Amino acid sequence: MTFLLRRSAQGLLLVFLATTLTFLLIHAAPGEPFDDMLSDPRATEAMRAAERARYGLDRPLAEQYGRFLSNVARGDLGVSFTYRRPVADVLAEHVPRTLALMGLALTLGFAGGILLGSLQGARPGSWFDRLTGGTAVLIAAIPDFWLALLALLLFAVVWQVLPVSGLRDATLPITATPLRRLADLARHAVLPAGTLALLIAATISRYQRAALIEEMTEAYLRTARAKGVPRRAIVFRHALRNALIPIITLGGLAVPALLGGAVFVEVVFAWPGMGSLAARAVEDRDYPIVLAVVLLSSGLVVLGSVLADVAQAVTDPRHRSA
Amino acid sequence: MPSATPGSVVAFADAPVAPLGPWTPPHPARAILGDPAAVLAAVALGIVALAALLAPWIAPFDPSLPLDLSARARPPSTTHWFGTDAISRDLLSRVMYGARLSLGISFIAVLVATLVGTGWGAVAGYAGGALDSTLMRIVDTGLAIPRIILLLAIVSLWGALTATGLALVLGLTGWFGASRLVRAEVRRVRQRDFTLAARALGAAPSRVLVRHVLPHAITPMLIAATLAIGQVVVVEAGLAFLGYGIAPPAASWGSIIRDGRDSVATAWWMSVFPGVTLALTVLAINVLGDRLRAALGGRQVPAP
Amino acid sequence: MTSHGAPVVEPLLRVGDLRTWFRTPAGIARAVDGVSFDVRAGETVGMVGESGCGKTVTALSLLRLIEPPGRIEPGSSIRFEGRDLLTLSEEEMRRVRGNRIAMVFQEPMTALNPVFTIGDQVAEVARVHDGASRRAAWQRAVDMLSQVGIPDPAERAKSYPHQLSGGMRQRVLIAMALMMNPSLLIADEPTTALDVTIQAQILELLADLQQRLGLAVLLITHDLGVVAEFAARVLVMYGGQIVESTSTRELFADPQHPYTRGLLEAMPRLGQGRNRLTVIPGSVPAPTHWPSGCRFRDRCPHAWDRCASEPPPAYPYSPGHQARCHLVVEPTRLSEQHTP
Repeated sequence: MTFLLRRSAQGLLLVFLATTLTFLLIHAAPGEPFDDMLSDPRATEAMRAAERARYGLDRPLAEQYGRFLSNVARGDLGVSFTYRRPVADVLAEHVPRTLALMGLALTLGFAGGILLGSLQGARPGSWFDRLTGGTAVLIAAIPDFWLALLALLLFAVVWQVLPVSGLRDATLPITATPLRRLADLARHAVLPAGTLALLIAATISRYQRAALIEEMTEAYLRTARAKGVPRRAIVFRHALRNALIPIITLGGLAVPALLGGAVFVEVVFAWPGMGSLAARAVEDRDYPIVLAVVLLSSGLVVLGSVLADVAQAVTDPRHRSA
Repeated sequence: MPSATPGSVVAFADAPVAPLGPWTPPHPARAILGDPAAVLAAVALGIVALAALLAPWIAPFDPSLPLDLSARARPPSTTHWFGTDAISRDLLSRVMYGARLSLGISFIAVLVATLVGTGWGAVAGYAGGALDSTLMRIVDTGLAIPRIILLLAIVSLWGALTATGLALVLGLTGWFGASRLVRAEVRRVRQRDFTLAARALGAAPSRVLVRHVLPHAITPMLIAATLAIGQVVVVEAGLAFLGYGIAPPAASWGSIIRDGRDSVATAWWMSVFPGVTLALTVLAINVLGDRLRAALGGRQVPAP
Repeated sequence: MTSHGAPVVEPLLRVGDLRTWFRTPAGIARAVDGVSFDVRAGETVGMVGESGCGKTVTALSLLRLIEPPGRIEPGSSIRFEGRDLLTLSEEEMRRVRGNRIAMVFQEPMTALNPVFTIGDQVAEVARVHDGASRRAAWQRAVDMLSQVGIPDPAERAKSYPHQLSGGMRQRVLIAMALMMNPSLLIADEPTTALDVTIQAQILELLADLQQRLGLAVLLITHDLGVVAEFAARVLVMYGGQIVESTSTRELFADPQHPYTRGLLEAMPRLGQGRNRLTVIPGSVPAPTHWPSGCRFRDRCPHAWDRCASEPPPAYPYSPGHQARCHLVVEPTRLSEQHTP
């Protein structure tokens, strides 16, 4: 328990540092928000100054930072420049969609990757291992945005079996039952979640295969063979159970990569989540949103690594406190 | 650092065999030449590198010159192997010139990341104590922000970047993993006898570090750097894809894919050919980096 | 299993010309190279030798647990309870392992699966061989754990391996091995990894169980003291071969092979300081490159040219006593060389 508390404290410090770093980076940048207004001939310098004052951008940097921190501590993330709404509201709308996508992709990707890697590792060098292993290495080398584009081209354009983009079908009548709404949402989630899941599965299967092969050299497996345990039980009961421990912790550690992948996949499939929100906020120089996204994603990264530790403690009896 | 980003696949050596007699790892060159997949990867990478180097002389067309309005968005043909883009530029030529940018930027970025990461990690590992914890806490911070989000924030705010500027930014956001690697290696070597002996003889810390400790980190760094080039190619392409690449008309592979993105339904070749080139290049780098690791000692090297 | 007046009673185990080779990049490692011996029902046979002499590979070969690139070469035979184990299918062999022949390994730290409770791991034997239900198998495991002297077995069965001491883990491995009441137990250096007082306890436990259950034990060790105390007969291994085999009593009284003599001299004895300890010079050669002729000649104080040209066969010395050394047939050379 104290361990968990210490990890959480370290995590909070990390999130704080990450936010500070981003804050400094943003303010050290040569560009400024509302610069764009200058290119609008109707905007006067006075109007621009008024906008800046409205968001406190005319204050000294240290004061802006202090205000930002105290606001964050009170749960106030500021007001978005472009949405003209509290950042917290904007996030509350977008983040659950990204979490749903990530959760779906993690579940599918890990299930598929573990299954595939175990089958490969059980018979290394077999034709199945060579074929699927080669495919996995190939898929893992494909950039996420291009894989998303390819999936879009094949499923939505060539075969037209799945919707191209967005969250829901605009032609769905408002009278549709909740079940039909859910089914529609699921259909829209297949391509973005599937793309992410495929990339995860490709990578995880390599780790799983290697972990199982390494485990197969352990002395306790010789004991199991000497006991007369059938080969299938040796691989899928004894070795797999041990090989899964490091793999499960990868689930928590994969968060940064997953968040990065979500940006591209959401942009390609116009999935209105945190990733596409971040991409747009960066384009619009919407500082409060950018800062909040960094805050939240570094928080998720830290949470992921804490969860990885917890997962290890749960799955490995040697890490369980007696 | 495990990751689901493309280009970071970590493949492993095949089933371990417990050798009974003394066994020496195969020489790197022999390990690669003896493996068909590695030979294929080396050949593919050689072709891409040659195309990049010789693009001004062997590219069939000017990559940024629209040919004529009747040749817009043409599918692949004997004249235009990869087809033409929306404003009738030859895609093969664009991909060849794109290789110069994509690979060049990545190479410089990895060089920068390796230098910064080595210095940072070496100082942290050698110094130990409070300095070590402070330096490594900063590394943790860097790793806690998803790289693409950090890059987006920087690149968009700094406006249009030159190729060198982009390489620098990519390098300066990519050294965290390398510094961890070097630090671990330095800490490991620091305690060994010859290091202690050198220190006992009164050698200056910087000399001990450079002459006695760092050479041991070279092999894992080399492998990590090889794999990192593949990753940075992907990251740069991703940025360009989101619209934050170097300023047009210069185009890396990512920018070409972005150009073709909106016409993916009507003109697949505009994004498929540059994408395939990009994926195959990354694949080749991964395969080579992986075999290199197997040949040079097989210790697990985290990707930076 | 009783034999009704059969004129010749076949031994429980008869190993004939066992050769287990490993094809490695460095050449063929002849780890076990022509080993023959018998084990009779209920007896304890000791197998001694330095590490690298082929003891463990012999033991693993008996259970057919050799992994590629290792292979038991054709022409070898392992007759056990009337069948040649080398002709069995993998599934038939699986039913022998842990059931008729059981094995206890030398590293109790790593020989148990870290993620299962010890009760689970002992019970698994009954489940795979008898198809016992989870509950019944668990109960049998608890009984067995109590037989091998684990206190409070019902509670202890729920522990994980890392929660037990080395001695306790070795007891768990023994419980696992004896679960199906096998007729042969192979104990491969069962006490090497343990400290001295625990070693004695484990060996006494093995001897006690052997008496009670009437099983035969092949006790593999590098410690002649252990052999002297527990084994009736001894097989001395060197260079993948058995270089001397005889009763324990005769081995100590009248050893024939210079290697055996070296081992006996190297034994620490009460009343002698450690500095009096003699060791055999040199080390076991690599199994890929055995010397021609006698494999011990590089380290032998008596070797002459015949030893380089002609591999010594297993010469009979007296009934039940054989040695692979030309000195058995040319004993005069020994005295010639020993005259100072």
